Amino acid sequence: MIHTQQLTRTFESGKETVEAVRGIDLDVAEGELVAFLGPNGAGKSTTLRMLTSLLPPTSGTATVAGVDVTADPAGVRSRIGYIGQKDGAGHNYRVWDELLMQGRFYGLDKQRATARADELLGTLDLEGMKMRKVSTLSGGQKRRLDIALGLIHEPALLFLDEPSTGMDPQNRANLWDHILRLREEFGTTIVLTTHYLEEADTMAERVVVIDHGRIIADDTAQSLKAEQAGDRITVTVGADDLPTAREVVAQAGTEVQEVSADGGTAISFRVDAGPVALPRVLHTLGDKGVAVNAATLKQPTLDDVFLNLTGRSLREGAEA
Amino acid sequence: MSTILDSAATSARIAHRSVLGDIKAVWTRETLTILRDPFSLVFSLIQPLVFLGLFAPLLAGVADDGLGFGSTLQFFLPGVVVMITMFGTSMTGANLQFEIMTGAFERILATPLARQALLIGRALKELTPLVVQALIITLVAVPFGFDLHPAHIVVGLLILGVFGVGVGALSYALAIATRKNEWAFWAVQQSLLFPLLILSGMMLPLETGPDWMQALSKVNPLTYIVDAERVLFAGTFDDSAVVYGIVAAMVTCAAGLWVGVRTVTKSIL
Repeated sequence: MIHTQQLTRTFESGKETVEAVRGIDLDVAEGELVAFLGPNGAGKSTTLRMLTSLLPPTSGTATVAGVDVTADPAGVRSRIGYIGQKDGAGHNYRVWDELLMQGRFYGLDKQRATARADELLGTLDLEGMKMRKVSTLSGGQKRRLDIALGLIHEPALLFLDEPSTGMDPQNRANLWDHILRLREEFGTTIVLTTHYLEEADTMAERVVVIDHGRIIADDTAQSLKAEQAGDRITVTVGADDLPTAREVVAQAGTEVQEVSADGGTAISFRVDAGPVALPRVLHTLGDKGVAVNAATLKQPTLDDVFLNLTGRSLREGAEA
Repeated sequence: MSTILDSAATSARIAHRSVLGDIKAVWTRETLTILRDPFSLVFSLIQPLVFLGLFAPLLAGVADDGLGFGSTLQFFLPGVVVMITMFGTSMTGANLQFEIMTGAFERILATPLARQALLIGRALKELTPLVVQALIITLVAVPFGFDLHPAHIVVGLLILGVFGVGVGALSYALAIATRKNEWAFWAVQQSLLFPLLILSGMMLPLETGPDWMQALSKVNPLTYIVDAERVLFAGTFDDSAVVYGIVAAMVTCAAGLWVGVRTVTKSIL
């Protein structure tokens, strides 16, 4: 669905040249759900804008939905749906008018546009909003209308730029219900950008971590976490049991660290598949007569992955 | 010019699309704001009438060439029609700026609409009520001794239309260039609009003005438009002023579209 080779984009700002995207190689297959994750200014949106043909690349190539973005930008635009960060629907317009006009912009005839608009109002819980002025809709309703506008021509590939920024948790969950249902029903390929870690973690099947205009990791959230950070078990034991505990831990995991803690010494170590390893380790320790005073399992988040890859926390970056 | 041709070529590749169809689609969406809120149209119709009604008698008193109010109208009315065209089309960007701010512009940019259709459609929307306004003030002026030449007025309005699309496209480009600060759009629009209007001899004749003003008016495309409208509203086709007016309108239109389409394709919102 998407194939890029060494895609770059530089901006001239005054005398400075800013390299926003520095050589992105990316392949997205049909039906995938991919999230671009990275701090603000990492190049996620610039990449998305090049893939949607809104911004011509400085160098490199990109084929999107079978069409080259530089050679035929209008061809790309007619085959994809794009939902931007801000309100897509014009504030001074009525809901129904915007839907019909959007259909016309994509070349649907009136009958088809009407049928699609009706259908989408139903799927996106916007019935009864037909004649409402867009500016009078709530934030969640506006967002759902944007999705309806992006889907009017039934694109096989949908791009969403920071779809849930500024939404409350309830509306965000609701938005995801709609996105996931769309995928289930029509097999739509979905590419989105986000700086919400939890969102990329729980929703996307594939996470492409972008930093300083480059892809620094690309895998499922689970593999990324397992490979880049790993689960850590911490057991706290008394001084008497420490030598035995050390032996057991050395067998069970890697990257062992010790710190003194309440109730003795806290030994932490990295394991694969923490939930399985934890009871096993505790059992072995018990068998050898070690009294475990406390045990915790910490599973990594994508932030740990990002921290491990870049030495920076994504949370700090997102707030800046 | 190559960007205009490139995007025209790409839209042609998709069978059912045409630039004309795209222009019509953009125009239709923009015009919905008037249809859904007709009061704005009524209000905009009153404005030029007030201007004509309050300004023309004063000018008649100053000029006092002994030919009466009818001749003053003959001079002044084409100027008012040009003025409302300038006011209307130079505001194209103001409506656009609102949609850049809210995000609707980006959504429309992401559709396969031809880039030049985005500009032309919006400019034509600003021209639509102007045609109605121009016809109404012309008809109102008739009982006061204004000679009506319908065929000439139609040609005059066509020239204004071509010119207005150019001005609208420039206004559109200005809105994109100043998208980060709204006041800059108005600062540039206002500080260009009034000198251009005055230096076109639209309100007061420039023959009595100093040389530097006359020299500036020679390089002002609007001067040729105003001259052409005066000749046409007076019922003459056979005058070089009409040709100059057509050329000025076409040059403004081409330059405006070139700048406009370039700005749309090069800008990062």
